Amino acid sequence: MNSVAFILIATVTLAGALAAATLPKLIHAALCLVIAFGGIAAFYLLLGAEFVGLAQIFVYVGAVAILIVFTILLTRRDVDPPVRFQWSGALVALAVFGGLLWAILHTTSLNTVAPPIDALTVKRIGQVLMTDYVWPLQCVGLLLTAALLGALVLVMEEKP
Amino acid sequence: MPGEFLDQIFIAAKRWLLSFLAGAPDWILQIASSLINILVLLHLFLGLFALMSVLERKILGRIQNRYGPNRVGPFGLLQPVADGIKMLIKEDIVPLRADKVVHFLAPIATVVPAILALGVIPYGRNMTPFAIDGGILFFFAVGSTTELAVFMAGWGSNNKFSMLGAMRAIAQMVSYELPLILTVLPVVMIVGSLSPDAIVAAQEGYKFGLVPHWFVFTPWGFAAFLLFFVSGLVESNRTPFDVPEGESEIVAGHMTEYSGFKYATFFLAEYFGMFAVTGLAVTLFLGGWHAPVAALQFIPSYLWFFLKLGALVFTFVWIRGTLPRTRVDQVMNFAWKFMLPMAFTCIIAAAVWHYQAGGFAGWFWSLVVVATVYLALSRLLDTRRKFAPRTYRFAE
Repeated sequence: MNSVAFILIATVTLAGALAAATLPKLIHAALCLVIAFGGIAAFYLLLGAEFVGLAQIFVYVGAVAILIVFTILLTRRDVDPPVRFQWSGALVALAVFGGLLWAILHTTSLNTVAPPIDALTVKRIGQVLMTDYVWPLQCVGLLLTAALLGALVLVMEEKP
Repeated sequence: MPGEFLDQIFIAAKRWLLSFLAGAPDWILQIASSLINILVLLHLFLGLFALMSVLERKILGRIQNRYGPNRVGPFGLLQPVADGIKMLIKEDIVPLRADKVVHFLAPIATVVPAILALGVIPYGRNMTPFAIDGGILFFFAVGSTTELAVFMAGWGSNNKFSMLGAMRAIAQMVSYELPLILTVLPVVMIVGSLSPDAIVAAQEGYKFGLVPHWFVFTPWGFAAFLLFFVSGLVESNRTPFDVPEGESEIVAGHMTEYSGFKYATFFLAEYFGMFAVTGLAVTLFLGGWHAPVAALQFIPSYLWFFLKLGALVFTFVWIRGTLPRTRVDQVMNFAWKFMLPMAFTCIIAAAVWHYQAGGFAGWFWSLVVVATVYLALSRLLDTRRKFAPRTYRFAE
């Protein structure tokens, strides 16, 4: 049952990502990227990471996708002629794929059974964030504040 | 006791239906159970939507000193049937250069999040369609995908007014997501769980058998409830915040190029969003399906839930009939300058209340925190614009 779900979600995600990379119209590509985001969220939910899966939908589909779409909308479109299929690019991609496949299949850690862990609750995430990972949390907060201030500075009108 | 039987009558009915599949394997039972939940939810809320569409027009009519629709059936109650037939037989016009796929998918993408969000709200004792542990997070995650659907509607119509309306709608919805979610935070903090069932369970019990432990009766809960209510009003694009659909300004905003059943789908999505937000407000602040006094607990839990839901939805309609539309910059100022600081204050006030362990000092100091920040904000945010003296050119 698990592997059927995995194959289905993988197909949808890969199809979305492929469409996002190859569609000629940019907005269509952005919307197919949203499908890919949804697929990744489904993977998280399949793995039992409920919080991360829902946060993925929240952040990626609810915010990043809108950002991408607005960026496409508000920037000037240079209409280039569509690029022909390049054999050199396909060769490089295949070589990278082959290399990664060999590396993954030859790792020994895939042969061990996964240790049983108890389900990750939001409470546990909160506890760990506030005790073991409090400094990374503060750094991320600082980074987000800097980003917010930067966005404000970028769009602020100068006083005449 | 008979109260118990009436309260759980729908659970008993579902169990009786599932008993026909007694010998089947587990996964078939799970799928059948989920299907029954989904079907009942959909039918119930579609019925409520139909009732709501005629009730809203009648209430608006009475506020405006006229009868609402009263021709089609006793007291106009068959009006939704007439509306539905009209919507179905209208010609479906798609602009020639509109993006066909995006234009088609936008209404669907607007309705799906609303229906998904309705699935995690507890409607009665043991009557949550899908009891997820991170129910509140699911609700907001799914609600945030509505903005993308609005953009699809605006962009796919290939119409400048639609695009403008969509941008305004997204700006408004994104700005008010923050107060909406931040006001839920105190409740989640106090209860310690993201599951709506746990939040409803934390509001049971009565002081002296009379005053319920609902969060709206605490200082921070009252402020948070008001903020959540207003944010919900904005998120559903209702008057006074219906700038995205202001008819006199941008025709119908992102819904301009939709006719017939697709427009009905947008309408449906708006009402379902309204039900979802008010349902969540009832769950978080008004005690869910609990009765207001201990003596009235014999009335079934789902009746209490829908009574409270009805009261909140009536307030939505009442506000629509009474207040004029706000300007889009007034909407933004209100969100970022007033509601966001007040939402943060509610979190602090809830913490103060919680760490005094419910004593009188806790209530007093949390009230002081909320009141101080409110007064400071209303003083500091100088919204009294200075006007030049009026000059009348013709009326001397």
